[in-house]
Amino acid sequence: MWAYEKKLMYPVKVSTCNPTLAKYLTEQYGGADGELAAALRYLNQRYTIPDKVIGLLTDIGTEEFAHLEMIATMIYKLTKDATPTQLKDAGLAEHYVSHDSALFYSNAAGVPFTASYIQAKGDPIADLYEDIAAEEKARATYQWIIDQSDDPDLNDGLRFLREREIIHSQRFREAVEILIEERDRKKVF
Amino acid sequence: MNKPLPKEYYTQLEEIQAIDFTLYELALYLDTHPSDSQAIQQYNQCAVYCKQLKAQFESTFGPLQFGSPNTNQQEWTWNSGPWPWQI
Repeated sequence: MWAYEKKLMYPVKVSTCNPTLAKYLTEQYGGADGELAAALRYLNQRYTIPDKVIGLLTDIGTEEFAHLEMIATMIYKLTKDATPTQLKDAGLAEHYVSHDSALFYSNAAGVPFTASYIQAKGDPIADLYEDIAAEEKARATYQWIIDQSDDPDLNDGLRFLREREIIHSQRFREAVEILIEERDRKKVF
Repeated sequence: MNKPLPKEYYTQLEEIQAIDFTLYELALYLDTHPSDSQAIQQYNQCAVYCKQLKAQFESTFGPLQFGSPNTNQQEWTWNSGPWPWQI
């Protein structure tokens, strides 16, 4: 089970109402390399991965939900005071007519989230390589969003998330090494 | 969300976020380096400190973690704000 804590993993601040930035951030909410995809991918892979890596997938998968909550908070704060006209000017009129100011799991272009963004191959190395790639893609996405953003407060939170992707990628690489070592040890009689 | 929060709410919460982050980093490290006794020692020290900070915060500002005692005898405070995105 999971137990909720009434706090964010890292403080989220935004300087001003900015629905355009909120639209970009949606990529990390319900996009292919976003936090929802990451959390669902890792937690689902746990059941068929060797025991030595279950703890890591559990902890990183759990952290991804904390990241998802940070992204949601950013989007919420950037849009909560926006007028319908401001949303329209940010290219969010289509979102507004369907969702008002509610959050929705889609990518920055408005394409709804789909499970086909993630994979569970049952082959531990294949799964972990996908996880490493996912972290690197998420890191790159955070960089591209930071490049588009002129909000210093928002960027502080985004830089934190970008760094976490690097750590996760490195831990997954270590997990690959652990499994390769274990496999090689089994071959020696 | 109704009344402004005192400064201590933010400073204490940030301290908790910092120590929780340290714990998380050590946990992920230990997931792939399970025999590093120095890291285990650090983790245990942080865990004790983290518990103290959270207990202190909760006694003033209400429950932070699900399952913590509801110190207000008259009112259930878990479902009252502020929620993390409201501060």
